[in-house]
Amino acid sequence: MSCHQSSSNKRKIFGKKNGNNSKHFTIALAGNANVGKSVMFNQLTGSNQIIGNWPGKTVERAEGALRFEGFDIRIIDLPGIYSFSTFSLEELVSREYIALEKPDVVINVVDASVFERNLFFSIQLIEMEVPLVICLNQVDAAKKKGITIETKKLEAILGVPVVSTVAIRGEGLHELMKKTLATAQEKNKIDGHEIKYGDEVETRIAKLAQLIESDKLDFAYPSRWLAIKLLENDSKIKESVKSKSAEIVHASEILGEEISNFHKEPCFAVIASERYAVASRIAGEVQRQTVVKTTFSEKLDTITTHRAIGYVTSVGVIAGLLLWTFIIGGFLSNLVSGALSFVEPVNPKLTGSIVSIVWNGVFGGFVAGITLVLPFVIPFYLMLAMIEDSGILTRVAFMMDSAMHKIGLHGKALIPLILGYGCSVPAINACRIMETRRERLLAAFAITFAPCAARTILILGLVAAFVSIPWALALYAIDIALIFALGRIALKVVPGKSTGLIMEIHAFKVPSVSIVSKQTWARTKSIMYIVFPIYIVGSAFVQVLFVAGVLEPFSNAMSFLTVTWLGLPAIAGILLILGTVRKEFILLALVALYGGTNLGLFLSPLQLVTLAFVSILYIPCISTIVVLFKEFGWKAATVISLANLATAIIVGGIFFRVLLFSGVI
Amino acid sequence: MSEEISISRNIEEYLEALYTLARNGEKVTTTRISEYLNIAPASVTEMLKKLADKGYADYSPYQGATLTGKGLEIGKKMSRKHRLLERFLHDVLRIGKDKVHAQACEMEHSLSDEAEESLCRFLKHPDRCPDDGKAIPPCDLKIRSCEDCIQLHSRGLEEVGKRKENLIALSELKEGQCGKVFFIRGGHNVLQRLLDMGLTPSTNISVIRAAPFEGPVEILVRGSRLALGRGIASKVFVDAESKNLAKR
Repeated sequence: MSCHQSSSNKRKIFGKKNGNNSKHFTIALAGNANVGKSVMFNQLTGSNQIIGNWPGKTVERAEGALRFEGFDIRIIDLPGIYSFSTFSLEELVSREYIALEKPDVVINVVDASVFERNLFFSIQLIEMEVPLVICLNQVDAAKKKGITIETKKLEAILGVPVVSTVAIRGEGLHELMKKTLATAQEKNKIDGHEIKYGDEVETRIAKLAQLIESDKLDFAYPSRWLAIKLLENDSKIKESVKSKSAEIVHASEILGEEISNFHKEPCFAVIASERYAVASRIAGEVQRQTVVKTTFSEKLDTITTHRAIGYVTSVGVIAGLLLWTFIIGGFLSNLVSGALSFVEPVNPKLTGSIVSIVWNGVFGGFVAGITLVLPFVIPFYLMLAMIEDSGILTRVAFMMDSAMHKIGLHGKALIPLILGYGCSVPAINACRIMETRRERLLAAFAITFAPCAARTILILGLVAAFVSIPWALALYAIDIALIFALGRIALKVVPGKSTGLIMEIHAFKVPSVSIVSKQTWARTKSIMYIVFPIYIVGSAFVQVLFVAGVLEPFSNAMSFLTVTWLGLPAIAGILLILGTVRKEFILLALVALYGGTNLGLFLSPLQLVTLAFVSILYIPCISTIVVLFKEFGWKAATVISLANLATAIIVGGIFFRVLLFSGVI
Repeated sequence: MSEEISISRNIEEYLEALYTLARNGEKVTTTRISEYLNIAPASVTEMLKKLADKGYADYSPYQGATLTGKGLEIGKKMSRKHRLLERFLHDVLRIGKDKVHAQACEMEHSLSDEAEESLCRFLKHPDRCPDDGKAIPPCDLKIRSCEDCIQLHSRGLEEVGKRKENLIALSELKEGQCGKVFFIRGGHNVLQRLLDMGLTPSTNISVIRAAPFEGPVEILVRGSRLALGRGIASKVFVDAESKNLAKR
C-alpha cells in the first residue's frame, strides 16, 4: 500500500530553537483502533488526518513531519489494529512496516480506559523488540471510569518508558516527545524485559529461538518473535522461513504439537490465552479501579441503543443528516446566488466574441462552484464531523446491524454509507473497515447509488426549485429503497459468506470545536481543489462546444433513449454525457444550453423529475469510477458502472411511464 | 454416573421435545407437548409422570414439566443429533427441507456419539438446522474450540473427556447476565479474531444489552465494550451464572 494521504507539513509546536546538528528520526504511531493515534498525529505534525470516534478511520498510513529540539522527525500514523496476526490487510501492513522499515521508535498509543485489551497488543510490540515508548492516552476518560494506572510501576514491569497523555488537549505530548527522542538516541541498548509465558510454552519458544539463532539465517524479524509466530502457525512467516530452512519449520511443528498436546488446545490459541493472561496480570498490578457512578455516556447509551428509541435515534441520525444538508444547503445556496447575481448576471452568454464566451463560462463555473457546491458541502461536513466525533455512528451501526444483514453486510457498513451522503470517493475508501473483499464490494456498490452532495444538488436544483419539495424528498426515499433492492440483488450475484459484526464500542464524547472545524475545513478544501478547476474549465468548454455546434450529433444519436424511452428533450443526451465528469454538470449545462436559469420554463415537471431521477442513478462520476478501479480493479469498476447505467435506463423508463399514466405530476 | 441402560426411543423423543420447547427454564405444558408430538394429551401426561419417576423431569400436574440435569443432557444430545442429521440430509444428500425432519427423527436414535462427532466435523461445525433455523447445541467434549476437535481427532477424542458444564450461547444470555467463555464454534478466522479481542477461554463476560430483531449483543470483556453480531454471538458458548437456568 502506498501512502496517498501523505502530508509533509513541518511544524515547531514546541517552540524550541533549531539546533545546528540536525538529525533525522522516524517514529511510527501504532495501537488499537480509535485510541487517539490520528489525534496525536495531527497534534504533532499539524496535519489534517481524518479523525472521529469510530474504529477504522485510518485505512492507509499517513506521514507527517515535526521539528523538535533540533531534530527532524518523520511521523507515520499506522492503521489501528488489535493484533499482529495476518487476517486483515492492515495488520499485515503494519507488521511489515515495523519489521522491515525499522522506524527509530514506535510509539504504542494505548487507551488507558481499556488498558488490559490494549496491553495485549503492547506485548506483541515488545516481542518484536522494537525501540518502544508506551503512551497512555485518554487518561482523562479512564479517570471518569474510575481507572488510574501507575505509570512508574508499569515502566518497571515492561522495561519501556511510559508517558500519560490527553492527546486531544495536547497534554503530555512534550514529555512524550522527550522520552521518544531519548529512546531513539540510545537505540542500541534496548532493554525490553522479556514477557514470560508459562514454562511449558516458554521452554519451547526458547528452544526454537535458539535453533533460529544458530542457523544464522538473515531474517528481518527477531528470533524470539519468529519462534512465537512459527508456533502460532502464522502462514506468512511460515512460508518465508520455509524458503530458507525447512528444518526450522519442521521443528516448530513438532514443538507446537507438544504444546497443544499439553494444553489440549491448538498452539495459537494457547499463546493468545497466555498473552492475555500476562496482560491481565500486569493490569491487575498497575491498574486501580474505583467504583464510580454511571457516566453520562452510559446514560446516553440507554437511549441511543434502547430497543425502541434506539431505532428512532438511528433513523434520526441518517435522515437528519440528509435533511439538514438539504434544508440548510438550499437556504445558503439561495442566499449566495442572490448576492452574486447582484454583482454580475450569471446567465450564460451564447453570442459575441470567443473570448467573452470563454470568460463568461469561466465566471459561470466559478459562481456555480460557490453557489452549488460550497453551500451544501460545508453544512454537510460540519454535521458529519460532529456526528463522527461524538461516537454515535457505532450506535447506529449497532442498531442497524440486522437490517444491513438483509443486503449481506453488517452494521459497520452503515458508516461508509453515511459518509457516502457527502462524497462517494472517501466513502468507498472507508469500505476498508469491512473484513472481506466481498463485503467491501457490496458496500461500495451500494455507495455508488447513495445520494451524495452532487446528487443532492441535482434534486434541489431541478426538483425542489421547480417542482416541489415533497417530490424532492420522494426522490430521496425512492433512491434509498432502490439501494436496498439492488443490494439484495447484488447479494445473489456475488457469491460467498457474510461475516458477522465484531466492533468495539467507545464512550461518547462531546464533539470538540477545534476538531470539528478543522475536519470540515480539510474536507471542504479537498473538494474545492477537485471541483473548482473542473467547473471553471468545464463550464467554459461546454459553452464553446455549444456555440461551435459539435454537441448536436451526440444528442441526436441518443434521442431514442432520451426522447422516446425517457420522455426527455433531445439535449438530455448531451447532459448525460457531460454529467459523467461531475453530476452537477447536468444542471450547469442545462442552464448554459437553455440560456436561462428558470428551468421551469423549458421543462415540464414530469421531465424535471425524470431527468433528476435518471441523472442521480445513471453512472458514478469519473472520480468514483477511478476509486472503484483502484480498490477493486477494472472488472468490478466496469460491472458496477454498467449496473448503474442499466438501472437508470430500466427503472427510469418505468418511473417515467408510471408518473405519466398515473398523472400524479 | 453414566447409565448403561439404554433408554427407549420414546423417552428420547419426549426429552428432545422438552428441550426444544423449554424457554428460559419455564415449565412446558402438556398441551404444547401434545401439539408438538401430535400425541393425545392423556398419553403425554402419563409419559411425563413416567419421566418424573425415572428422574428425567420434574412434573407438576396442570402446570407442566421441566427437565432435570440428567434429562437435559439427553434432550440436548438428541436435539444435537437430530439437527446435525437434518443438515446432512439437506446439504449433502440434497433432500428437501420439508422432508428432513421426519427422516432425522428416524435416524437420530441409532447415531453413535462417535458418528455424531464425525458428522459435525464433516459438516464444518454448523450453527443451525436447515428447516426451522434452530440452533444446534454444542457437543459435550471437553474442548475449547472446533479447531481443538480437528487437531485432537487424529489422536482419538476419547481421552479428551466430557464437559460437565451446561453451556449456552452468548446470544441466549439476557441483559445483565454474566458468564464464562468455554467454547468457541467455527473456523480458524473467527476463533483468531475473537481471541484477539480478548475472548479467550475462561474469560468472564457480561451482557450489556441485546438489540431486538436478532440484532447484535453488546458485551463487556476485559474492560472493553464489544458489539457482536447475533451470528457471531451464537458461536460463543458460555457457562452462565446459575440464575435463570433450568433447575438441576
